[in-house]
Amino acid sequence: MSNHSCIEIANEWGIVSARQAGRELSKEIGFGSVDQARITTAISELARNIYLYTEIGKIDLEEISDNHKNGKVRGIKVVASDKGPGIENLRDVMIDGFTTSGGLGAGLPGVKRLMDEFDIESIPGEGTTITTIKWLR
Amino acid sequence: MRIPILKLGRYLLISVQVELDDQTALQFQEDLLNKIHQEGSLGVVIDLTSVDMIDSFIAKVIGDVVEMSSLMGAKVVLTGIQPAVAITLIDMGVSLQEVQTALDLEQGLERLQQELGG
Repeated sequence: MSNHSCIEIANEWGIVSARQAGRELSKEIGFGSVDQARITTAISELARNIYLYTEIGKIDLEEISDNHKNGKVRGIKVVASDKGPGIENLRDVMIDGFTTSGGLGAGLPGVKRLMDEFDIESIPGEGTTITTIKWLR
Repeated sequence: MRIPILKLGRYLLISVQVELDDQTALQFQEDLLNKIHQEGSLGVVIDLTSVDMIDSFIAKVIGDVVEMSSLMGAKVVLTGIQPAVAITLIDMGVSLQEVQTALDLEQGLERLQQELGG
């Protein structure tokens, strides 16, 4: 697809750049203000996880489309990937309130609720890739 | 980047007009507590009208500063939370239950005046 951007998250400024890029792209695709806030917040959580738990990682943003029974639907795909330590127990990190950083523990379960599709792959010692999609309704 | 804190009698007024990065949020926390201490403020209104996103980190910083201010004896009211921000916070499962809120700056000040008896 035409619209694609990649933001490197090496420090906390990367978090701000990633969510600004996310807001711009979701506005362009045609999301309303509430969904724009949802997408931006999800990106912010994913970028912060990269910043907190790994040395470096990136957020890929892409406009996608899919054939749905009611015609073509557009959406935004957000992929957060890093080569960090990986997540030992995927079940724990999806529990509300679970945190290893002293935060609210709302990050990943929150992202899952904010977006329509959520997939996480993690190999301890190799890294983590989280793929999320929000469809335009 | 620093968020300006204005003094109005025994109150402090803050209007957050910048994109909140982590460092700015933490600096604000410290600045506000110092200002409360320095001015002997009884109440604080933090206006969030221009804030278009609050993630779990920023929510924690805000929740913490409200609690910290309360430990020092100052009441904090948050005002102007945007519809999209309110919806997103609840979606995320973040609740700012102990936090006082009002629709806008004016009502926030009224609320402080009622509670603190003028």
